[in-house]
Amino acid sequence: MNFDLTEERQMLQDTLRRFLADRYATAERNAIIDSDAGFSSDIWAQLAELGVLGALFTEADGGFGGAGFDITTVFEELGRAGVVEPVLDTAVLGGGLIAALGNDAQKSLVEEVIGGGVHLAFAHGEPASRYDLTRVETTAKADGDDIVLNGRKAVVANAEAAGQLIVSARESGAVDDADGISLFLVPADSSGLSQRGYPMLGGGRAAEVTLDDVRLPASARLGTAGDAFPAIAERVAAANVALAAETLGAMETAVELTREYLMTRKQFGRPIGTFQALAHRFSDLLIELEQARSAVINAAGHLGDADRDRQIAAARNLIGRVGRLVAEESIQMHGGIGMTQEYELAHIAKRIVMNDHRLGDTDYHMERFIELSAA
Amino acid sequence: MDLSYSPEEIAFREDVRAFLNEKLPDELAEKLRRGGHPSKEEQENWHAILNERGWLAPNWPKEYGGCEWNAVQRHIFEEECAFANAPRVVPFGLSMLAPVLMKFGSKEQCDHFLPRILDGTNWWCQGYSEPGAGSDLASLKTRAVREGDHYVVNGQKTWTTLGQHADWIFCLVRTDPDVKQQEGISFLLIDMNTPGVEVRPIILLDGTHEVNEVFFDNVKVPVENLVGEENKGWTYAKYLLTHERTNIAGVGFSQAGLAGVKRMARAEVSGGRPLIENPHFAARIARVEMDLMAMATTNLRIISKAAVGQAPGVEASMLKVKGTIIRQEINDLARRAAGPYAMPFVSEALEGDNDPVGPDYAGHLAAEYFNYRKLSIFGGSNEIQRGIIAKVKMGG
Ligand SMILES: Cc1cc2nc3c(=O)[nH]c(=O)nc-3n(C[C@H](O)[C@H](O)[C@H](O)COP(=O)(O)OP(=O)(O)OC[C@H]3O[C@@H](n4cnc5c(N)ncnc54)[C@H](O)[C@@H]3O)c2cc1C
Ligand SMILES: Cc1cc2nc3c(=O)[nH]c(=O)nc-3n(C[C@H](O)[C@H](O)[C@H](O)COP(=O)(O)OP(=O)(O)OC[C@H]3O[C@@H](n4cnc5c(N)ncnc54)[C@H](O)[C@@H]3O)c2cc1C
Repeated sequence: MNFDLTEERQMLQDTLRRFLADRYATAERNAIIDSDAGFSSDIWAQLAELGVLGALFTEADGGFGGAGFDITTVFEELGRAGVVEPVLDTAVLGGGLIAALGNDAQKSLVEEVIGGGVHLAFAHGEPASRYDLTRVETTAKADGDDIVLNGRKAVVANAEAAGQLIVSARESGAVDDADGISLFLVPADSSGLSQRGYPMLGGGRAAEVTLDDVRLPASARLGTAGDAFPAIAERVAAANVALAAETLGAMETAVELTREYLMTRKQFGRPIGTFQALAHRFSDLLIELEQARSAVINAAGHLGDADRDRQIAAARNLIGRVGRLVAEESIQMHGGIGMTQEYELAHIAKRIVMNDHRLGDTDYHMERFIELSAA
Repeated sequence: MDLSYSPEEIAFREDVRAFLNEKLPDELAEKLRRGGHPSKEEQENWHAILNERGWLAPNWPKEYGGCEWNAVQRHIFEEECAFANAPRVVPFGLSMLAPVLMKFGSKEQCDHFLPRILDGTNWWCQGYSEPGAGSDLASLKTRAVREGDHYVVNGQKTWTTLGQHADWIFCLVRTDPDVKQQEGISFLLIDMNTPGVEVRPIILLDGTHEVNEVFFDNVKVPVENLVGEENKGWTYAKYLLTHERTNIAGVGFSQAGLAGVKRMARAEVSGGRPLIENPHFAARIARVEMDLMAMATTNLRIISKAAVGQAPGVEASMLKVKGTIIRQEINDLARRAAGPYAMPFVSEALEGDNDPVGPDYAGHLAAEYFNYRKLSIFGGSNEIQRGIIAKVKMGG
């Protein structure tokens, strides 16, 4: 066993941490959140240049990483700075799905993703699917040589910026079957595709996407008809590792801000950290943070093996629980300051908690863990 | 022991319900249900409606136009208002300042200010906290120096709730810097239109503007606006704080909130079944509901012990701690129930100026979860309340 980062990952971590410390301070980040686009193309271009996007893809796909620990290295740093740029949506999910299922022509998009030249969105969840990955009501019907999509997709992160949406649709099977789901590359300007975009509380933007007789050539399909689910499950697993790591990074910031505040804020003539009622709770945060770090390592280390889904369910459940504790306790121990928009903790706490609404919440992952442990 | 409501109490509940049915504007209730915030005008209008019915001041004695309701009546009223999505009554004039004036103010102050609180002429805010004086309130520095027939006030208050709407602020100010902290504080009423008063917004983490900084730069305040005696303000302030804690358990809000969570959990589908049938979520709901059932009784037990208008002692601290834990737990459940639709945040939709994204009950839940973290911070944080409980029970 070895718990150290490789030299390459260590370098990536240092570079990314330095870049974000320089360029992504609270005021700049909050301005990005409030902007119309909800992210900065300038920051995006530089993330590409620093190799952050390439680190999320294997060499075979044109990158130089792509393993669980590459994902955690990148996302922990993104989380630490509260980054809202859509790395998860464009690279891990979008680019990752094309890399997994695409033919050579389609895979040229992966190169563009790595270079920072294109945005993608994974349009999978639906108004009634909640966190169920197999529940797909959107339909894909053959019509001559074409395929026609109909349905609605809910809370599609990064949809407005995406040049292409990767849309899941059912070609056969019952509404919650894993079999029968296909993925299609749908240009954002396709006729019949409409979006209602909006900001999200944790930063970034998403959209409700309506597909009303969207007509595509059969060449828009990624992989073979009805067989997309294993690739979806694999990419969602990778995205869950990313979310867990991002939340871990954000928690580290929350705890560090709390540590500094407890040492500097004085009430009753002494630093509030000297009150044991707070000191012990701060210690609990540190203890839980170590647990969270280990859970992320477990999940990342098993991303490629048979225990993958159970490890990921465990990590996301644990991080969900610890995340709520860290966000709430950090705010509480700050008093009023912790409630203010312009203080760094505000966005960080929102990011931590709102991550628990993506790709399954604490309860969903608890259920998954029980199911998979019984099997 | 008898846990049932008397026929009079049942009739009272029906009265309240009928009144709310008839008088609470539908549009306003709908806006609040969706997580909107009442405008100043809507808030004032609601106060006027309550005042017309004689129900604006539940704890005031009748001679000043109050209701003199007992604990059970107050509980019934709060519960019905919460279920009907009525705006909360702004407490600063009605349930904070007024009891202080009645007990310590002059007859002139009572005769002048109390009617203006009831009829909405004055909107009050609370100027206690300062940047350096939060939990350690007695360390406050805002200085008032007597010069002839007025005081000159310099300093800063912060976290002033709805100060942007207020025209008067009651302040704790330091009138004697040379004695023990608690003994040099006075209670001053300040007209916010006086030159030298400046209000600046503080935006909270959910994007709302509900608190402010208030700056005082050589503000002249007539000596008539001193409440009680100079340097006795700390006594009055503590008296006020116990009143601030009377509805602190917020049982009515919790009951309405929990009912809302259940409604959502019936509408949301998880794994092909209603969320309310999901064993994990059902267990979460059950746990809070059991706590709340006990809390409702704890609340009634404690507040019925105290006579009308009187505030309970250390038990108020217990109510605050447990009551806010329960309320915050319900906020947490509500955001969970919304699933992925907790993420969109279209603030204009909450105020009715845009369509909601997803189910119309979901748009404000995550924001509200964050906003209500304040419950365990303000009015004496839960840590300070626990300190009080321990101190009272163990001395020291
Ligand atoms: C089964 C058992 C085996 C043991 N074996 C050994 C042994 O092999 N060798 C040995 O030397 N000792 C041993 N001990 C003794 C043990 O180390 C002491 O019990 C322990 O140090 C606590 O001391 P105390 O019992 O006097 O409790 P106290 O120190 O009186 O503590 C009472 C309570 O107050 C709390 N407390 C005390 N100080 C603080 C503080 N500053 N802040 C917050 N809370 C505080 C404690 O956590 C505890 O809850 C053993 C004890 C037990 C129960
Ligand atoms: C939304 C909101 C509205 C408010 N409205 C008003 C208003 O209208 N008027 C007004 O005057 N004030 C108002 N307040 C201020 C509120 O009363 C203070 O925030 C509160 O008293 C805490 O003070 P602080 O924020 O300075 O935190 P601090 O006192 O700095 O506390 C920071 C942390 O330390 C803890 N702590 C402090 N001392 C101790 C101790 N001895 N032992 C253990 N823990 C301790 C606290 O519990 C808290 O967790 C409002 C606050 C908020 C957030």
